[in-house]
Amino acid sequence: MWRDAALMAGKDLRIEARSRVATNQVAPFAVIVLVLFGFALEPDRNFLQTAAPGLFWVAVLFCSVLAVQRSFAVEAADAAGDGLRMSGLDPAGIFLGKAAAVALELAALEALLAVGIVVFYSTSLTGVALLLATAAVATIGLAACGTLYGVLAAGLRVRETLLPLLILPVVAPVLIGATRAWEVALGQSLDDGWKWVTLLAVFAVVYVTLGVLAFGTLLEEA
Amino acid sequence: MTRTERSPTRTGTGNRTTRVLGVSALVASGAVVYFGLVSTPPDEVQGDLVRLIYIHPAVSTMAFVAFGITALASLLYLFPRTRSWRWDRLAGASGEVGVVFCALSLATGSIWGRPAWGVWWTWDARLTLTALLCALFVGYLALRRTGGGAESRAIRSAVAGVLFAAVVPIDHFATEWWRTLHQGDTLESLHPKIHGAQLWTMLLSFIAFALIYAWLMFHRTRLEQLESRLENEGLAYALAARRAEGGPDVDPSASSVSTAASPADAPAPAAAAAPASASATAPAGASASAPAGRQS
Repeated sequence: MWRDAALMAGKDLRIEARSRVATNQVAPFAVIVLVLFGFALEPDRNFLQTAAPGLFWVAVLFCSVLAVQRSFAVEAADAAGDGLRMSGLDPAGIFLGKAAAVALELAALEALLAVGIVVFYSTSLTGVALLLATAAVATIGLAACGTLYGVLAAGLRVRETLLPLLILPVVAPVLIGATRAWEVALGQSLDDGWKWVTLLAVFAVVYVTLGVLAFGTLLEEA
Repeated sequence: MTRTERSPTRTGTGNRTTRVLGVSALVASGAVVYFGLVSTPPDEVQGDLVRLIYIHPAVSTMAFVAFGITALASLLYLFPRTRSWRWDRLAGASGEVGVVFCALSLATGSIWGRPAWGVWWTWDARLTLTALLCALFVGYLALRRTGGGAESRAIRSAVAGVLFAAVVPIDHFATEWWRTLHQGDTLESLHPKIHGAQLWTMLLSFIAFALIYAWLMFHRTRLEQLESRLENEGLAYALAARRAEGGPDVDPSASSVSTAASPADAPAPAAAAAPASASATAPAGASASAPAGRQS
């Protein structure tokens, strides 16, 4: 399973490295979203600073939908999905590999977005341990959940419009939890930040487990 | 796993059970209207506003029950031992009725919230959770409407139904922790103590809405059953009707078309059973034959 996962993740990341869709389209999109929030919320520095954690995670959520769509678009082209089903790779391994590739892409985007909120919203990044821990578990949760819903919608004619409708309400607790934890880390709230990290970790564990269990069945239907 | 349940004489969605249920639901609703609007007194504090408790709690509870039934039926469909089209239809029907009840619950909640709290919407934990659930199941219904093979659709929606149920506890904690940081559970603290006639009317409203739910469910599952029958037999039926129109001097080749059509329907259950086995070649065969069965 782990070997198959590594193969799969390597394949997806190689495709991204060569096609440059993530770097040429998704990353600029993420930055544009940050700038648009600035337009929408008046460039009053204090207000943007207060809202920065939430805006950051909303941008990550939008990007995660794009990353998942991209991850399954490469399987839809040239009947690659059929090849994947016939390959004999462990479906759980395929799931973990695709999710890992999405997670790594998201992590890179988050690094970019973090620079973005420092530059555009004058946020100073404090509480680095909590920031990183939150980002790690939230990203794993987003990637696992996104990959699972990605395969659920794969092969459907309406998948581009269906996927955001399926994913965004489901990842709402990730948005709530990650935003609260970042508010604590950035000194905007006196809540217990690690409680939120725990919740995000539970979300990640639930979706990784469900993905490992259900991916094979869904892949056959895709 | 029978793809086509045959009860050829019945074409409507009603039977004796639904009629009894329907009449009971009507009587119970009438009683709730009478007791709720006429017989019970207005509240000391809330005045006539309190009468919404004869609708809102019952509707919200039924929405949650409906979503629970969707999750349970989805799970039963996914287990190979209990896999049956009945669970798929039950899950779909319950999800649909649940979304209606959930939307009603949000609407009646807003109608109550405006005069009681001064706002249509507040970010109360329970409100947020209900809205999230509503959004989740709107997605579920959208997924059910995407077309594709019946078996494939059933598996996708069953998995989605179970996934949504899995995320509800996390949603619960997320919304609770988020909002209780700022304020207590608004509904809990503001819920009036009720007693006597009000309590009985409220209980009666639960019965009424449970009956309405059951009545809707019977019709909706039956409708799904008829829809799948139309999908399977509709073309053969239409071909037979056209042949009958043509009279005796019809082109003999037409009959070969119709005989070709019916065996094409027949393998559908067999092909549908294939994806349950996890062999590598089965899915390719099944995905190829399932759309063929539908298009022929």
